[in-house]
Amino acid sequence: MTAMREAFGKALAELGEKNKDIVVLDADLASSTKTTYFAAQFPERFFQVGIAEQNMIGIAAGLASCGKIPFAASFAVFVTKRPADQVAISIAYPGLNVKIVGAYTGLFNGSTGASHMAVEDISIMRAIPGIIVIDPADAEEMTQAVSAIAEFNGPVYIRETRDEWPEIFNSAYKFKIGKAATVRDGTDAAIIASGVMTSESVKAADILKKEKISVRVVNMSTIKPIDKDMIISCAQETGAIVTAENHNIYGGLGSAVAETIVENFPVPMERIGIKDTLGEAGSNSELLEKYEMGSRFIAEAVKKVIRRKK
Amino acid sequence: MNDPDKTCKKACKNGGKILINCDKKLIEEKSKKIRCDILSMVKNAQVGHIGGSFSVTDILAAMYFGILNIDPANPDWQDRDRLILSKGHGATALYSVLAERGFFPVEELMSFAKLGSKLQVHPDKRKVPGVEASTGALGQGLSIGIGMALAARLDAKEYHTFVILGDGEIQEGQVWEAAMFAAHYKLGNLTAILDYNNVQLMGYVSEIMEVAPIREKWISFGWNTIEINGHDHGQIINASEKAKKIKNKPTIIIAKTIKGKGVSFMENTCEWHGKVPCKEEYENAIKVLSD
Repeated sequence: MTAMREAFGKALAELGEKNKDIVVLDADLASSTKTTYFAAQFPERFFQVGIAEQNMIGIAAGLASCGKIPFAASFAVFVTKRPADQVAISIAYPGLNVKIVGAYTGLFNGSTGASHMAVEDISIMRAIPGIIVIDPADAEEMTQAVSAIAEFNGPVYIRETRDEWPEIFNSAYKFKIGKAATVRDGTDAAIIASGVMTSESVKAADILKKEKISVRVVNMSTIKPIDKDMIISCAQETGAIVTAENHNIYGGLGSAVAETIVENFPVPMERIGIKDTLGEAGSNSELLEKYEMGSRFIAEAVKKVIRRKK
Repeated sequence: MNDPDKTCKKACKNGGKILINCDKKLIEEKSKKIRCDILSMVKNAQVGHIGGSFSVTDILAAMYFGILNIDPANPDWQDRDRLILSKGHGATALYSVLAERGFFPVEELMSFAKLGSKLQVHPDKRKVPGVEASTGALGQGLSIGIGMALAARLDAKEYHTFVILGDGEIQEGQVWEAAMFAAHYKLGNLTAILDYNNVQLMGYVSEIMEVAPIREKWISFGWNTIEINGHDHGQIINASEKAKKIKNKPTIIIAKTIKGKGVSFMENTCEWHGKVPCKEEYENAIKVLSD
């Protein structure tokens, strides 16, 4: 198992070797976001801005308007909430080619606590017109996503998780922006998940299998633009959907999926995620339990949604 | 102070991929024309910011007709000097000077703020040739300018980046994050120009939220400072040339200006920050400016 942030840091450094236009900005958290790998190899293309996220985002905009491909990384809380206006006006409005990297997402960085836990970063970024939003599931997907977003010309927000989580994908997988992947097939219901909640959802599918419930698991790593075709086919083919996200249930993946099904093919739906609350310090397993987000809660939600099917 | 006429001619000889017939008289004529354009745009659209556009008019005219190394036929030319109007509400002045300089037809100015126009109330980089940053949300331009200056350094390019700030605008915290960064990284290829008219939307800057002492603040942040009369074209050109020569630190040109400059009843009052002139006011103002 490799932590997603390790995969990100190494992929970015590798990319820096291939593409000299890649530049990296840090607001004094490189050792946590793992842009240190890039910084060590390409110090002339690494800019330490100090603890000043608004300035970091603006500088990234200026660099991008001169043809550079800036990756501006910090904790997800600091890089989305504080400079939301700079992201919207300096970057998204002119459509500049900046990659915003938010680390320590959702609850599962329990060494920090509420001030450092991003529960609303996806909803904020998703609401800004013109930004791609990506929440990779594991190290392999992160590695591929880093290359894909560097090749894509336009603003992107990508999340990275702190700790090691079970692997979902191997090198046979091909990540594509805006394209979801079925990681388990099933017919009774579909779990649509993103980020580290994909691995919790696979565990939930294993639990349900023992109870003879066949559940599909879909990894929806691109939250915007959302893969509508995949969501509609899940609704049509299984008739019940559960979403699972390491984010507030308001405004993130669950909302995006709900918006899609109510407009296209309404079916019963349940959402697993952070229930409009801030987090707290604790181990990942304790937090999964206390905030009712672990695999057993996902499995329960699946059973509930199946009962609601007519 | 050098003779402004001489300085202006020298600036033109040195800069400008396409040499323009630049002299003090031309810049003065352009300034007049720009102020008339601003009035007409705001009158026609029934929206816009005359006061702040008038205070920055002379600075923009001097920069675009005396300093900037630009090519209106090729607005994306990689080696061009960059100028960001961070105080985006001065858009009408910027649009007029860009049109006068040949970036787009002067006739388009009257589309200002009309539905579907490229000329938004605040500048939209995607739509207007020559606009280097989408501004209007105050406080963001200096950081963007830093990014451009860093890119020049990475690519070993000679271009210079100028950022025009409003005095009310520097109440924004981001400006000081940027000020700290530019000095720390010794960005000699970056110059800020402060349009210091001491009037913001709700009143005098010194009463709303005092920004003085300006010079001392920027010096303490590690910047080179030059104080000038922001309505004297020769001084603006001289100061910009001086700023370009300082390689080890960024410069701020503190330009003392008058909000609403050029029409006496609009001068030094917050009333004309965003007011639209009635027919009589418009005609009087045009008459004063045309004399």
